[in-house]
Amino acid sequence: MAGDRANTKLPRLGLSKEQQGELAYELKHLPWIPLIIIGIMVFAAVFAPILAPYSPTKQTLRDKLLPPAWQEEGTSEHLLGTDILGRDILSRLIHGARVSLIVASTALLSGGVVGGALGVISGYVGGKVDTLIMRAVDATLAFPTILFALLLAVTMGQGLLTVVLAVTLILWARFARVTRGEVLALKTNDYIALATIHGCSSIRIMAIHIMPNVFNTFMVMLTLHVGLVILTEASLSFLGAGIPPPTPSWGQMVADGRAKVASAWWISIIPGVAITMVVIAFNVFGDWLRDRLDPKLRQL
Amino acid sequence: MQKYILNRLLQGIVLLFIVALIVFALSRATGNPAELLVPDDATEDEIQFIEHQLGLDRPYHVQLFIFLSGAIKGDFGESIAYKQPALDLFFDRLPNTLKLMPLSMGIAVGIAIPLGVLSATRRGTWIDKLASSIGVFGVATPNFWLAIVGIYIFSVWLDLLPPGRMGGPSHYIMPAITLGTFSVAGMMRLIRSSMLEVLDTEYVKLARIKGLPEWKVFWKHSLRNALIPVLTLFGVFVGGFVTGAIVTETVFAWPGIGRLTIDAVAQRDYPLLQAVILLDAVIILSVNLVVDILYAYLNPRIRFD
Repeated sequence: MAGDRANTKLPRLGLSKEQQGELAYELKHLPWIPLIIIGIMVFAAVFAPILAPYSPTKQTLRDKLLPPAWQEEGTSEHLLGTDILGRDILSRLIHGARVSLIVASTALLSGGVVGGALGVISGYVGGKVDTLIMRAVDATLAFPTILFALLLAVTMGQGLLTVVLAVTLILWARFARVTRGEVLALKTNDYIALATIHGCSSIRIMAIHIMPNVFNTFMVMLTLHVGLVILTEASLSFLGAGIPPPTPSWGQMVADGRAKVASAWWISIIPGVAITMVVIAFNVFGDWLRDRLDPKLRQL
Repeated sequence: MQKYILNRLLQGIVLLFIVALIVFALSRATGNPAELLVPDDATEDEIQFIEHQLGLDRPYHVQLFIFLSGAIKGDFGESIAYKQPALDLFFDRLPNTLKLMPLSMGIAVGIAIPLGVLSATRRGTWIDKLASSIGVFGVATPNFWLAIVGIYIFSVWLDLLPPGRMGGPSHYIMPAITLGTFSVAGMMRLIRSSMLEVLDTEYVKLARIKGLPEWKVFWKHSLRNALIPVLTLFGVFVGGFVTGAIVTETVFAWPGIGRLTIDAVAQRDYPLLQAVILLDAVIILSVNLVVDILYAYLNPRIRFD
């Protein structure tokens, strides 16, 4: 019997019946739809050159403005149609996933580390340093930091580094505020007092006793902000201040089709659907992870 | 109260100074502005001539002083693309952006307050679920894309509304909705959570005990208090409004300051962009100052702190 076999075999994996039940429960309550969307995106990004039917930058003017395959004039050679320059939209979408993920991971890490570090310092050192950093946080949150990002794009030129710097400028304050709150709570623990009595330097306490304990929060914050960074990158690219063309970026693709909405809706609409789906997937997954790992953060 | 206002005013000026410093640092440290102005095939001599003309060959502290003293007098330099003082350009365009403001604010508040209150007072019902899915989509959908979808549906497909540019009243509908929806999701969530908090307080229980009808408890006694955090975060919403205006005006070819910002970016017109950023900062900080003062007036606990 299938049931009996499962019962006799599973204990060898070291799982008791209760644990099996727990595992089944966990598996059932994983956010499957978001995970599948994220999985598809990561898969597309990693294997972009193999998966994409065409080069994302190859222009075939003869085939320009072809509608998607399900439309009357569409062909199966270009499943999602082509843009004004005859580039295959599916291929650009797949390669765009790569650009989005590269930007999101580098920018998030940079913004997260800068913000996290400042948050730890602000919370642990306290006093005037704390006041100063928190004032800067408030100011950053109230100021439309996208303006600084635009200025950077003009003076530095467009590129990955510019976008990473811009996103760091936008993100650091959010990370700093949450990390600081966490550190303030941690600071009252006895082991911190013990470390201080022991003669540990402030830097050592922050690095060895505090940072590992804010790591969970940090990971949750990272996940919760993937969507925001993808959106920011798309907005910057849409505004002509992101990753420079011809590298395919989803925001850039939406901008490409703007003048042609009337005759070729698919150029703008399709990448926008991709952005929305991916951002929702990351946000829902981030919410789930927060509820699992760090329910205190729920008010965020 | 006077001391409080003075204090806030000083803080605002310090912040403005910091914004100016950041703008100055970003534009000098990240590249040579002179190279943006000359054609690609310019010789070294030509670049040096432009540098001299702009004062870029002087020490940084002298440049900073010239930049700041100019800004205080309202002289932000001349736009490269338009060959006009940047300040004049800004004030030419500002009214167009302000014209969008009342309608879009009205839309934002008109959607966010009822939905926020209803989702808090009827937790778990369909309206709460509707509000939270609007929140999920509102946060995740790029607004520039939503605007394009709007143009496709209402201008191309149904042929009801004009796709852009300024004009009669119908020209205002789509830009105002786009700009309004920018802050709806955030505002709604804020109202929901602060309503939930207020509904749990003693004075709401008292209002119920004394037999007030539920609608009065919700919409009068609770909502008023629930709006306090919204007012506190009004500054953040104004900042969001500036970002929203950039995107909205780009999509709808609306000749306001948002469009001016993007034109400056596209033409690499850095003096104009600097001016726009500083003037935006002045506006945001002034609005915040007014809000802070109003807030202190409405909430005596702050005044006497």
